Amino acid sequence: MNIYDILGPIMVGPSSSHTAGAVKIGLIAVKLLGIEPKKAEIYLHGSFAATGEGHGTNKAIVAGLLGMQPDDMLIPKSFEIAEKKKLQFKIGQINLKDAHPNTVLLKLTGEDDRQLEIQASSLGGGRIMVNKLDGIDVNFTGESHTLIVHNIDQPGHVAEVTSTLSHKSVNIATMQLYRDKRGGYAVMVIETDQEIPKESVAWLSHLEGIIKVSYLNIKGE
Amino acid sequence: MSYHSIQEILQNCKDKSLLFWETILEDDINSRNISRESSMNKMQSLWDAMLLAGSTYDKKAHSASGLVGGDGGLMEEYYMTNDSLCGDFISKAIAQALQMGESNACMKRIVAAPTAGACGVLPAVLLPLFREKGILSSKIIEALYVAAGIGQIIAQRAYIAGALGGCQAEIGSASAMAAGALVHIKGGDSDQIANSVAMALKNLLGLVCDPVAGLVEVPCVKRNVIGAVNALAAADMALAGIRSKIPADQVIDAMKEVGDSMDASLRETGKGGVAGTPKAQEIVSKLLNKSDH
Repeated sequence: MNIYDILGPIMVGPSSSHTAGAVKIGLIAVKLLGIEPKKAEIYLHGSFAATGEGHGTNKAIVAGLLGMQPDDMLIPKSFEIAEKKKLQFKIGQINLKDAHPNTVLLKLTGEDDRQLEIQASSLGGGRIMVNKLDGIDVNFTGESHTLIVHNIDQPGHVAEVTSTLSHKSVNIATMQLYRDKRGGYAVMVIETDQEIPKESVAWLSHLEGIIKVSYLNIKGE
Repeated sequence: MSYHSIQEILQNCKDKSLLFWETILEDDINSRNISRESSMNKMQSLWDAMLLAGSTYDKKAHSASGLVGGDGGLMEEYYMTNDSLCGDFISKAIAQALQMGESNACMKRIVAAPTAGACGVLPAVLLPLFREKGILSSKIIEALYVAAGIGQIIAQRAYIAGALGGCQAEIGSASAMAAGALVHIKGGDSDQIANSVAMALKNLLGLVCDPVAGLVEVPCVKRNVIGAVNALAAADMALAGIRSKIPADQVIDAMKEVGDSMDASLRETGKGGVAGTPKAQEIVSKLLNKSDH
């Protein structure tokens, strides 16, 4: 925490958790999708569902999906802008198990038909946490560079990824491993101190047994 | 930040012959490993954003729920009559607090200070000083460092979120931050800043967070007014040489103790306090019907 966590952020009101945090979730979801979305299903849970409309949570999430930052004055107009940009979206409510009160589930389809399902919550003060990716539990804030590798649960993939990072002198800050079952679908979430070169991300995504790679680059934020 | 108490900040000011704001600036430079210019530019951008937010108030705008809007305009018309009980300057601070709170509820761009719900308190006292009393921007930037330093100590020792500690943690903290900023602007010393913090926060201990329908509107917008007026009173008392019998750090700790023992219904759940009144329940069911159609 520094003094600018106390004064600031500069943001569009009315709530740092229900508005600014919601924009951030939309932004991070698109970064993880890796391409502009053409379709979005937005499901609000808990306090997001109960007070989201009054707080503009729905508009804030769509604004984030359109690439707006939390201080963008166009956030209240995001629905109209989405229509112009041909982003189809639908907003509903959902009751998720064991989820933080300010949680949203997003189902995104990209311009090239790639898909991403992401569940994230807003923790207050504009900070957020991603809780699930494509149905697998994860845990990251999007405050560091984050590499997410989806792979078949078989030996060697962790070594491939970490040695690729080590060749590029990228230091790993945190690393989490998740899988749905033995030999099933696995996810690696790696937060790094340095930016990961584009070619490394591309290289990893072409390896056998690796299903999908997403990368969240926080540079310039 | 490397300080955990107002007392440590005062000690550093004394040891190095620094002003309160200089201690906070120096700490920001060291803890984020940035240049003095970079830190000061960022503070300048926050001040610019506050000024812009203050000048773009629209008295015709209402929040999505329809619960707030227009009151800042009414207060402005009223003080133009030059017959307000509070007098010119305080009436302007009241109008500014309402306007910023309403702008926030209407999804305009504001500066969270320390939260979006309490975003009206600091601008309410700073903007009229800047516009009416010829206080320079550079002085206000210094005062914002004072406010940020106070807020950070409160955030570390207690909290600044209504959901955790009630409104005393949001408006109370904003009021303490504003009081310290005002004392600096008026030339008070570090000790007087600490006394103003203690008095401002003490006066708002126990304030509950009871937003109607869970929205940052009622009573939040008008609570910004009491935060601002209380800050002015606490600053004037400190500048007059009045001291708080309880030191600032102990008042902050007391705020945490009070917040911890506050029932959940009074901590931003939209259940207790004014949120629990029959009228509030009526508003909630009207809003629910509205969103169903």
